[in-house]
Amino acid sequence: MVPTLLGVVLITFLISHIVPGDAAQLIAGPRATPEIIQRIRQEYGLDKPLHIQFAIYLGQVLRGDLGKSIRTRRPVGADIRAFFPATFELTTTAMLLAVLFGIPLGIISAVYRDRLPDHLSRVFSVIGVSMPIFWLGLLLLFLFYIRLGILPGPGRISGDPPAHITGLYLLDSLLTGSWRALGDAALHLILPSFTLAFAVLARITRMTRSSMLEALAQDYVRTARSKGLMERWVVVRHALRNALIPTLTVIGLSYGELLGGAVATELIFAWPGMTHYVVGSMTSLDFPAVMGVTLVIAIIYITVNLLVDLSYALVDPRIRY
Amino acid sequence: MRWWTREFATRPESEWRRAIRRLWRSRLAVFGVAITGLLVLIAAFAPWIAPYSPTKISLPERLLPPSRQHPFGTDDAGRDILSRVIYGSRVTLRICTLVVGLTLVIGTLLGLISGYLGGWMDELVMRVSDVFLAFPALILAMAIAAALGPSLENAIVAMVAIWWPRYARVTRGQVLAIREIDYVAAAQAAGASQLRIMLRHILPNCISPVVVQATLDLGEVVLTAATLSFIGFGAQPPTPEWGAMVSVGRNYLRNYWWYTTFPGLAILITVMGFNLLGDAVRDILDPRLRRGP
Repeated sequence: MVPTLLGVVLITFLISHIVPGDAAQLIAGPRATPEIIQRIRQEYGLDKPLHIQFAIYLGQVLRGDLGKSIRTRRPVGADIRAFFPATFELTTTAMLLAVLFGIPLGIISAVYRDRLPDHLSRVFSVIGVSMPIFWLGLLLLFLFYIRLGILPGPGRISGDPPAHITGLYLLDSLLTGSWRALGDAALHLILPSFTLAFAVLARITRMTRSSMLEALAQDYVRTARSKGLMERWVVVRHALRNALIPTLTVIGLSYGELLGGAVATELIFAWPGMTHYVVGSMTSLDFPAVMGVTLVIAIIYITVNLLVDLSYALVDPRIRY
Repeated sequence: MRWWTREFATRPESEWRRAIRRLWRSRLAVFGVAITGLLVLIAAFAPWIAPYSPTKISLPERLLPPSRQHPFGTDDAGRDILSRVIYGSRVTLRICTLVVGLTLVIGTLLGLISGYLGGWMDELVMRVSDVFLAFPALILAMAIAAALGPSLENAIVAMVAIWWPRYARVTRGQVLAIREIDYVAAAQAAGASQLRIMLRHILPNCISPVVVQATLDLGEVVLTAATLSFIGFGAQPPTPEWGAMVSVGRNYLRNYWWYTTFPGLAILITVMGFNLLGDAVRDILDPRLRRGP
C-alpha cells in the first residue's frame, strides 16, 4: 500500500506539472511584471529542478501540509476540511440508498428468476448502468423542483445552516436539536443523493442477483430446504450470506464511481462539496488545490477498498487476516 | 485430408454459428446489436439524414420548441437540435474508436511484455497500473484533461491514460497461464525468438478476453467522455457533442426542456446499446464470465 500511495503522490505531482506554459505566469496573471513573476516562481519553488520540487512536495505532504491554494489564498488542507463534510454526507447517503434498495432488488430478482419482477429489475439495472448521471440530475431537478415544486432546488439548505460541529448538516441539526434545519437539509439531500445512487444501485442489484442465483443453486441450499426450513430463512440465512462477498466487492469499487459521479451531481445541485471545489481549481489551474484534493480523494478510495477487504472476514468466517 | 485436420478445420465455423444462434436467442442482445448498428448507420450517413447543418446559426429561430420543422426543437443559437444529435453520433463514435483502440494496443502490449518477460519489467508495469487504478477514474481523467487544456483531443488522451491498466492486467493474466502450456515450450525449444513467441504464439490466444473487455468498456467510454464534456473538460461548444450540448442546455433548463432532453436521451440509448452488446459478446466469447442480466 505504501508504494501505491507514493505513486499516487507522484502522479498528482506530475499532472500538475504538465500544465503547458509557465505556471508562474498563470498565477501572476497577464499583466504581471517580470519581477513579480520571478518572485512567484521563488515563492512556489518553481525555479528549482523537478525532482527537488517533488522532494519538497513529498516532505510537505508527509507533514500533512498540502500547500496554499492560489485561488482562495487559504491552505488547501483548510479548504478540504471545509468542503469535505458536504461530499461525505452526499456520497454516504447515496451509498446507503443504493445498498438499501439494491440488495433487496437483487434478491427479489434472483428468487423470481425469469418472471415479471426479474424482468423489470433487469431492465431497470440495464438503464441504471447506462444512465448519464448529469442528465438524470437535470431531469429530476426539472421535474420535482421546476415543474412540480415539491422538492427544494440546488443547495444544501434554504435557511441558516445548523451550528457547525461536524459539518454534516443532518448530524449537526440532530445534535443541536434544530428540527427545522434537519427537515430542510434532509429534503435538500433527496434529489442529489438519489441521482448519485442510481448507477451504483443498478450495479449492486446486478451483482446481488447473479451471486444469489449461484448461491441458490448450491447443495447446501437444497439441504436447508429439505430440512423443512422456511423459504425466507433459506434465502436470507443460507444463500444471501454466501452471496454477499461479490456484492461487497462491487460496493467498494463503486465508491470510486460515487466520488466521480459526485462531480456532476455537486455541479448540478450547487452542492458546496470537495469535487465542486476541485472543478473550480482545475478550471483556474490552481495546481496546489488540484494536487491536494486529488490526493485526498485517492486516499479515501484506497481506504474504502481496504475496509471492504477487511469486511470479508465479517461476512465469511472462513476468511481470516 | 487426415481426420484430425478435418476436425480442426471445421470446428471454428460450427462454434461461430452456435454463438450467433445464442446471440439471436437473447432479445436484449439483439436489441444491443440493433442500437449499435443504427448508431453506426446514422453516423455514416449523417450529412444525408440530418435536415439542417449542425452548426448554422439562425438567431430568429432560437429556442423554438419541438415542431414539424424541428422535431427536437432548436438551441440558443437557432441550430436544429435533431441535426446536432445526428452529427453528435460521429463525435461519439470517433471518441470510442480512438480511446478503445489506443488503450487496447497500449494495454495489451504492456500486459504481453510484462507477463511474458516477468522480472523487473513485470513489477514496474504492475506497480504503475496499481497507482492508476488507485484513483477514481473520472477524477484522474479530469485532472489530466484540465492540466493539458480543455479540448476533445486532450480528453481522449486523458481517457487513454486512465484506461490502459485494465487491458494490461487482463492480458497479463492470460499470458501467465498460456506461457506454461507445452506449445510455448516447444516453440522455445525450436529456437523461436522471444518476439516471435509473444506475437505469434501467445498474443492470438489471449485476445478474446481483451475483446470482451473492450466491448464492455464502450459504454463506459461514452459516459466518461460525455461527463468530461459536460463538466467543461472535453469537447467545447459549438462542437455537436452530446455532453457539451447538455452542458449548455442546462442554463435553459427552466423554460426550454428540449435543449437538454434529446442529447441526453441519445447518450442513454447509445450507452445502453453498447452495454447490451458488451454482455452479448462476453457471453459468446467467454462463457465462464457469464454473470448478470
